Amino acid sequence: MSAIEARRVESLLRELAPQVLGAIVRRFGDFSAAEDVVQEALIAGATQWPAEGLPDNPRGWLIHVAARRMTDTIRSDSARRLREAELARQEWPFSDPASFEADFVDADDTLTLLFMCCHPALTTSSAIALTLRAVGGLTTTEIAHAFLVPEATMAKRIVRAKESIRTSGIPFELPDAAERDARLASVLHVLYLVFNEGYAASGGDALQRTDLSNEAIRLTRAVHALLPDDGEVAGLLALMLLTDARRTARTAVDGTLIPLDAQDRSLWNRETIAEGIALVSAALRRHPVGPYRLQAAIAAVHDEAARAEDTDWPQILALYGVLKSLSDNPMVALNHAIATAMVVGPAAGLALLDALVADGRLAGHHRLDAVRAHLLERAGDRAGAIAHYLAAAGKTASIPERNYLTTQAARLRGD
Amino acid sequence: MKYMLMMHAPKEGWTTAGIGTWPPKDIQAHIQFMMDLNKKLAASGEFVDAQGLAGPEEAKSIRARKDGTPDTDGPFAEAKEFLAGFWIVDVDSPARAYQIAATASDAPGKDGVPLNMPIEVRQVMSAPCQDV
Repeated sequence: MSAIEARRVESLLRELAPQVLGAIVRRFGDFSAAEDVVQEALIAGATQWPAEGLPDNPRGWLIHVAARRMTDTIRSDSARRLREAELARQEWPFSDPASFEADFVDADDTLTLLFMCCHPALTTSSAIALTLRAVGGLTTTEIAHAFLVPEATMAKRIVRAKESIRTSGIPFELPDAAERDARLASVLHVLYLVFNEGYAASGGDALQRTDLSNEAIRLTRAVHALLPDDGEVAGLLALMLLTDARRTARTAVDGTLIPLDAQDRSLWNRETIAEGIALVSAALRRHPVGPYRLQAAIAAVHDEAARAEDTDWPQILALYGVLKSLSDNPMVALNHAIATAMVVGPAAGLALLDALVADGRLAGHHRLDAVRAHLLERAGDRAGAIAHYLAAAGKTASIPERNYLTTQAARLRGD
Repeated sequence: MKYMLMMHAPKEGWTTAGIGTWPPKDIQAHIQFMMDLNKKLAASGEFVDAQGLAGPEEAKSIRARKDGTPDTDGPFAEAKEFLAGFWIVDVDSPARAYQIAATASDAPGKDGVPLNMPIEVRQVMSAPCQDV
């Protein structure tokens, strides 16, 4: 099997993972054990398919293998499970996977699983890990590599995530209408964090971590396909695409960070931008608008400018104004201050920064200093700008960002 | 977010009151405490790495000479404290890193009295960077 075919096998396995898991969970109920046997079935597929060729019905094959392992687990388990084992033996038609497959596969399974894995009862890091494994079909090894932690640590994180699901009694079902929006927000937040982790990551195997962004896009696409009328899902997908489109332009060959206004825009992925713009334009027509759509709209305005100086800052400022009215988020207020400086002038932006300093929630955050440095530079206060670039460099936890900020200070000193 | 927790032990009294002078049961209790802590960190999915360092007796400081060969200095009798070991943990918040550091600082010493060693907590530069 060629490398391309092997990749096709892998992406097929990843795509089928939540469907198979959904079928097994619905049939056997035990999410934790089901998740383990599906992972084993995926590994079996990854080993056997490249050697033996794709089965006629890959999904049925995986369900079959996972269900058999599940029954084995139940059977080998103590008397406590005897009744379920009996039930499983009677009702599971092992002879013909295709015949039962249709009964047990539900298009909403991916969504139901996402709601489970991203439940607010889980810590963020365990929700991320479990989502990537249970819904994304990644192995524990792959997830551990992507987050630069030992495999045993990641395995424990997944075990703990499953324990939280069990002890919190989170059911395998879609949340009811009353809970739905809040729960969907948790799902989107986890996907957004996965995207960010991969986007221009500062540590580890860059390729491996880029995959995290692609994975976040893939999963968000899946959610969008299931909830095509949800404006925030479309907004998040658009935001990811419009940001990801700039990926190759934002880092120089030597790994240095290139700011938005200095990027070679011919490197931006036009196709991805077009898709993102189409998505966000449609999503903005659905009311009321939400924060992901607005952030995507802002990204779209940047992406639409042929040159940095063509950027429609008044529009960006208006969008940040709406975003600010929706949520009391100091990061949004910070970006609003930048946009204000671009439209009205640096002094107006600096005045807004003073209010943010007084607010205190961004105290010690490097972005506050970085933005102040930038605005002071534009206002002609070279010494102040240098001091704040260096203050920001001392606070960031990102190496490319620190390098960028110290270089800015050096440039102003005339080094 | 990842943090490095650096355990500093006082240099003064290292030879007269350091771990080498404790009764065996206290040494065992101390080692057991550290092993348990690592197990707990592994079980909580926060463990990245943990290492204990050999004593300061043989600690050297190296600089490159002009020709690139090592210029060796030390050990340093005058140092106030030395790095005894470190952990790298991957946690959800700085507060959690501080909590782990406090637990480590509480490690039992002679007669089971908590050592209260200072633990320096530093963030590992691994955050994804923002668009600038």
